Amino acid sequence: MSTHVPDGQEPFDVEDPALTRFDLVREGARRDGVEIVHYKPRFPVPGTKVERRIERSIALMLVLCGLFALAFVVAYIWWPWEYKTGANINKWYTPVLGFTLGMSLVLLAVAIITWGKKLLPEEISVQERHEGASTPDEAALTAATIGNMGDELGIQRRPLLKAAVLLPGLGLGAAAVAPLVGGLIRSPHEPDAIFFETGFNPKFNHGQPVRLVREDGTPIRPEEVSVGGQMTVFPGIPGGATNKWADSPTLLIHLRPEDAAITLENAKPVNEGAQWGNFVAYSKICTHAGCPASLYEQQTNRLLCPCHQSQFNITDNARPIFGPASRSLPQLPIGRDAEGYFIATSDYRVAVGPAFWERP
Amino acid sequence: MKRRKIDLAALPGASAREVDERLQVATPLRRLFNKVFPDHWSFLLGEIALYSFIVLLLTGTFLTLFFDPSMAEVKYNGSFVPLRGIEMTKAYETALNISFDVRGGLIMRQMHHWAALLFMAAIVVHMFRVFFTGAFRKPRELNWIIGVLLFWMGFTEGFAGYSLPDDALSGTGLRIASAIMLSIPVAGTWITTSLFGGEFPGTEILPRLYIVHVLLLPGVLLALIAAHMGLLVKQKHTQWPGPGRTNSNVVGVRMFPGFAVKAGGFFMLVFGVIALMGGLLQINPIWLFGPYEAAVVSAASQPDWYVMFLDGSTRLMPAWEIRAFGYTIPALLWPTLVLPAFLTILPLIYPFIEARFLKDRASHHLLQRPRDVPFRTALGAMSIAFYMVLALSGGNDVIADKFHISLNAMTWAGRIGLLIAPPLAYFITYRICLGLQQHDREVLAHGVETGIIRRLPDGRFMEVHQPLSPVDEHGHPTELPYAGWVVPKKMNRLGAVAPAIRGFFFPIEKPAPPQPPAGPAEVETPERDEVTSGHR
Repeated sequence: MSTHVPDGQEPFDVEDPALTRFDLVREGARRDGVEIVHYKPRFPVPGTKVERRIERSIALMLVLCGLFALAFVVAYIWWPWEYKTGANINKWYTPVLGFTLGMSLVLLAVAIITWGKKLLPEEISVQERHEGASTPDEAALTAATIGNMGDELGIQRRPLLKAAVLLPGLGLGAAAVAPLVGGLIRSPHEPDAIFFETGFNPKFNHGQPVRLVREDGTPIRPEEVSVGGQMTVFPGIPGGATNKWADSPTLLIHLRPEDAAITLENAKPVNEGAQWGNFVAYSKICTHAGCPASLYEQQTNRLLCPCHQSQFNITDNARPIFGPASRSLPQLPIGRDAEGYFIATSDYRVAVGPAFWERP
Repeated sequence: MKRRKIDLAALPGASAREVDERLQVATPLRRLFNKVFPDHWSFLLGEIALYSFIVLLLTGTFLTLFFDPSMAEVKYNGSFVPLRGIEMTKAYETALNISFDVRGGLIMRQMHHWAALLFMAAIVVHMFRVFFTGAFRKPRELNWIIGVLLFWMGFTEGFAGYSLPDDALSGTGLRIASAIMLSIPVAGTWITTSLFGGEFPGTEILPRLYIVHVLLLPGVLLALIAAHMGLLVKQKHTQWPGPGRTNSNVVGVRMFPGFAVKAGGFFMLVFGVIALMGGLLQINPIWLFGPYEAAVVSAASQPDWYVMFLDGSTRLMPAWEIRAFGYTIPALLWPTLVLPAFLTILPLIYPFIEARFLKDRASHHLLQRPRDVPFRTALGAMSIAFYMVLALSGGNDVIADKFHISLNAMTWAGRIGLLIAPPLAYFITYRICLGLQQHDREVLAHGVETGIIRRLPDGRFMEVHQPLSPVDEHGHPTELPYAGWVVPKKMNRLGAVAPAIRGFFFPIEKPAPPQPPAGPAEVETPERDEVTSGHR
């Protein structure tokens, strides 16, 4: 079928020997709804100086691209790459790889784009859009086909099946969801109230009060924290400083005597008796989003959370005084054991960390 | 038996015939080759996202060969001396190993990270292009919706990837994510413990995030991208108005070879730039941050740029916690979940709102210049202003530190700015749009400003204009209709001043002969005239 006669077009014989290949291209495009309206070789006279110049520069870029790619492989294999401390040639491994690979790819890109923009013929083609919806006939035929599906199934006139078919739908839907939900689900309230407990709860230490320890596990005596100083402390239980007890890190602060007096005076009922001498301990976990509120400004007795800039006033129950946090940092009631080390006399009296629905 | 010789010259033709006999691909293949793509630099923005995604798949696959998301505690004993002997999770250890003990691992990690940032940036800029030019209008609302979903999927995918190395920054990010989940009313604690397998951080979140990051979300992204591309091919590309360009055609170059060559070259360019960035620009040096510890954080903890606007909204939110009947709705809920919900729903339904508002039910394939739809452009500018205030507030501690501004002042500036900047941006943009339109109309009515000042006999000065249209008997140009496309505003755009000599170091051709000032009919370049004449 070499002759194709679309509506209102001249007959077109593909095998006509008088036709050039581009005539065929044009005809093919026309049958695809594409009219090539402007088509002009960049260099009607082949081999001009300008054309050869462009060819040479593309060839040069391609050669350089290959060389850089080769350099990448060579560097990848032979450049010393193992990490060594100090300034040394190994530190250049990644930059050399990036430079050679990047240059190779960029040169290839420029070569290809130059080829496309400078050597390919100028072209403007116009393609028709087949706009809008299908023809009414087509739509009607499809609608009938779909409607017929319903008729064939007879769902409308078989109410028993209509009702019965719902059940497997619901059942299998639930069955598909159940393993996912059932496998993942973990109650926040069973077996214990994990959001209300920290590692300072005596039940994690065989019922004994938990010591305040440093990250390395060593206990702390009051005289080891200088006046105005602060220290991050952890529950003195196995693994107490690890992320297993991510809500337990606490800031132990040795207040100046005058600040300690103010703090004691300001103490809310929930914080009564939590202070020991001039020492207070507040949860380090910000009540806003759970970052460690760790920037302590000694002069103003403020604690700043670096994530969202909530600020807490240490001498007033660690009340939030600026930023998005709305709850005070919980205070850990502290005391001293017989050996003179800091202990938590009980767990935190309120839940530490960010707020949640069940939190009163 | 003598073996028949294979005719090499006929081989391609013969094999093509064999394939076609089985698959009948001649017509569809030619149709694909002949598909016409319009050309404009702004159409390349989405391509950057596509190519970055391919780089992400390539580098990401490399990384999976060496990364282990396990949260089991190990003692680091790798090449990076300063961290030796430190307890860390296997995830952090293997992330360090990729950086120090895998040959070429660091460049792959850095390319992966840069490609992710570029992917998101390209998506955002591409969305701006689509929004400001009205390319989302009927019939392309569905593709706009897919695009919005792609943004949020990319956002989530990026966050998941950022959390995997389990360094101090990613752990802090995860902790904030857990706090955000906790803030969901009623189900918050259930969702959090279920996803984390207990209390934060537990030991399950990283393996779960890993499978989300390397399988589930890439699968969703791939499917959405395929649908995005498929719809683009089906509905054909939009185009700018211009000579011969109508709402019912596409003017450009055919896909092969013209468009494919440019697109292929552009892919290599994006790939090359990512490789250069991955090798030369350090990003996320996790070995400096140390392993995640719940008690450790540093100042200037910022997420990747595309999360910063939510960090900013979290910082600016006043401490408005709701407590009633023994239950709590944390203030964190509003800036981190309710706001993004609005930011998802509003763009999703915007095409329909606009069509309803304009009572516009027609299909549009011609783009609009932003100045021609001032209210939409102003709305876009308003959204960008809103976004920028949030994103800048996400780094307000760094700004406060570097410029010696009070941190609290920065927070208040952000809170007030969030209310003032968007309407201001709306107003200014609207006026700029009208001004630009006005100037285009002046040029169409009076012609191009020549820069030639003439003194009139009565002493007044006036500038001589080069009319773009035929002049009437009094020498006044007839006003040209406003076409919504670029109007020449400088004389050399008219060809009155010939382009300077071509060639960078020395001339590669003779200077073009000086052309007379273009006549009224020849405003456009010759090729464009041919389009008009060639169009039936």
